[in-house]
Amino acid sequence: MTLRIAVCVKYVPDATGDRGFADDLTVDRDEVDGLLSELDEYAVEQALQIAEEADEAEVTVVTVGPDDAKDALRKALSMGADKAVHVNDEDIHGTDVIGTSAILAKALEKTGFDLVVCGMASTDGTMGVLPALLAERLSLPQVTLLSEISVEDGLVKGRRDGDAATELLEAPLPAVVSVTDQSGEARYPSFKGIMAAKKKPVEELDLDDLGIDADEVGLAGSWTLVESAAARPARTAGTIVTDEGDGGKQLATFLSSQKFI
Amino acid sequence: MAEILVLVDHADGAVRKPALELLTLARRIGEPTAVVLGAGEAAASIAATAGEYGAATVYVADGAEFAERLVVPKVDALTQIAKDKGVAAVLVPSSGEGKEVAARVALRLGSGLITDAVELEAGEEGPVATQSVFAASYQVKSRVSQGVPVITVKPNSAAPEAAPAAGTVENVTVAFTGNAAKVVSRTPRVSTGRPELTESAIVVSGGRGVGAAEGFEVVEKLADSLGAAVGASRAAVDAGWYPHSNQVGQTGKQVSPQLYIAAGISGAIQHRAGMQTSKTIVAVNKDAEAPIFDLVDYGVVGDLFEVLPQLTDEIGAR
Repeated sequence: MTLRIAVCVKYVPDATGDRGFADDLTVDRDEVDGLLSELDEYAVEQALQIAEEADEAEVTVVTVGPDDAKDALRKALSMGADKAVHVNDEDIHGTDVIGTSAILAKALEKTGFDLVVCGMASTDGTMGVLPALLAERLSLPQVTLLSEISVEDGLVKGRRDGDAATELLEAPLPAVVSVTDQSGEARYPSFKGIMAAKKKPVEELDLDDLGIDADEVGLAGSWTLVESAAARPARTAGTIVTDEGDGGKQLATFLSSQKFI
Repeated sequence: MAEILVLVDHADGAVRKPALELLTLARRIGEPTAVVLGAGEAAASIAATAGEYGAATVYVADGAEFAERLVVPKVDALTQIAKDKGVAAVLVPSSGEGKEVAARVALRLGSGLITDAVELEAGEEGPVATQSVFAASYQVKSRVSQGVPVITVKPNSAAPEAAPAAGTVENVTVAFTGNAAKVVSRTPRVSTGRPELTESAIVVSGGRGVGAAEGFEVVEKLADSLGAAVGASRAAVDAGWYPHSNQVGQTGKQVSPQLYIAAGISGAIQHRAGMQTSKTIVAVNKDAEAPIFDLVDYGVVGDLFEVLPQLTDEIGAR
């Protein structure tokens, strides 16, 4: 039996670029380059490792996004994923996380899977809730925020390092998992991988293919409303001193003036 | 007045500070009520504390499920109470688990979701939440346009203010839906005796400039002199010098203390995303060109192994 692993990935604005908002208060994608969310690379890596451990496995990367989101899929394919699914539809523009989870859930059902692997959060919205929403929509157990993961005998097992405790978790497949940046360094695509990726299949789907009405998604279908987005006022330049033997004392005087000591 | 449901986070039988902050914020948008889940015998004292901070009613549910199953039992409980009581909003602390609980509750209630709010105010069409996005370079104000607003709030977004209310305990029996991952074992984090990183009013963090695991001793000594939590940059964590649970940054903890002291940290975007909303920022770094100096209220260009111990001694002498 082939273990079908689906990895949800996101195409995000480069965090080292100048990120901002467009007039409709959605993320401005024209002004900054995009790439595969770094935290999703860990998800692809863990999916590939699980596939390598399995007798027979297939890794499919799935994304929802504009034309350029193909770059994110290509990166995952060049790392070693087998095929990709791209949900692309102009009515998706402005969809919030609840809507995105609805689209992804339908795409995953259509693609078929035994295990869904996600990153812990996107590097743009950083909400970290999509895996939980997918689990809710697909009526599956969530085994999330894992720093270690393994699949054996139809069970997914993992370690979750929470604020107050470390938990060992397990659930039967099918399940939704998410992995943290502690799960293991993501591999770099090899030249061979990059060349092979060009020939791997990318299935294109739109909202019609998934049976989703346009008014359920997009800005109009969003259950949240952004009222304003303003650049944070520039910080007033701080005081900077060079230590000439009394830097610690000067710092103490500053902290005292601010009533911290 | 509209009932604002607050999930009261607790550990070791005591209320965690972010829950008191939520109760304080809830009073701005309505009348707070509290939910205490899986607290066992500590439920009564936790409920009393919630009452001191403004909860008119405290819904208490207990059961082994809360400890033995992941996330879903809390979702079952909150959804059930929110529906039964017809609440006007649900507030949950912005922890990893808190956000997951909130997300699933929102979906079950058919409600919009806002995460990581840093400010909450009453608006004409419901609560308006402020979020700090893109490594804190933007402030976004948004509201939920459908259903009962479900909002998670970051720690340190408000100072807890006592406001005695009835705190009447109402026991709730939750119908669990199942389908949740099993918690096979739970190992509580060993306490360092220092404040919790996300909750502390002062954080002292070390980075690449600390040079080695042993180098964190000067960071810890300064932190202890200030009663502060200790943080670390991703570079220091990746090098194995300090535990990941103390990592401040986009993929670690997001902190927003009154005072943040960065020692030997250059200030890469990854780190800035986790600390830029700190009220006062201080940096000590040998490299005068380090980007962290663009953020600081006070910076010392110098060797942290000289500046930090001198500062620690000064604090001790005062």
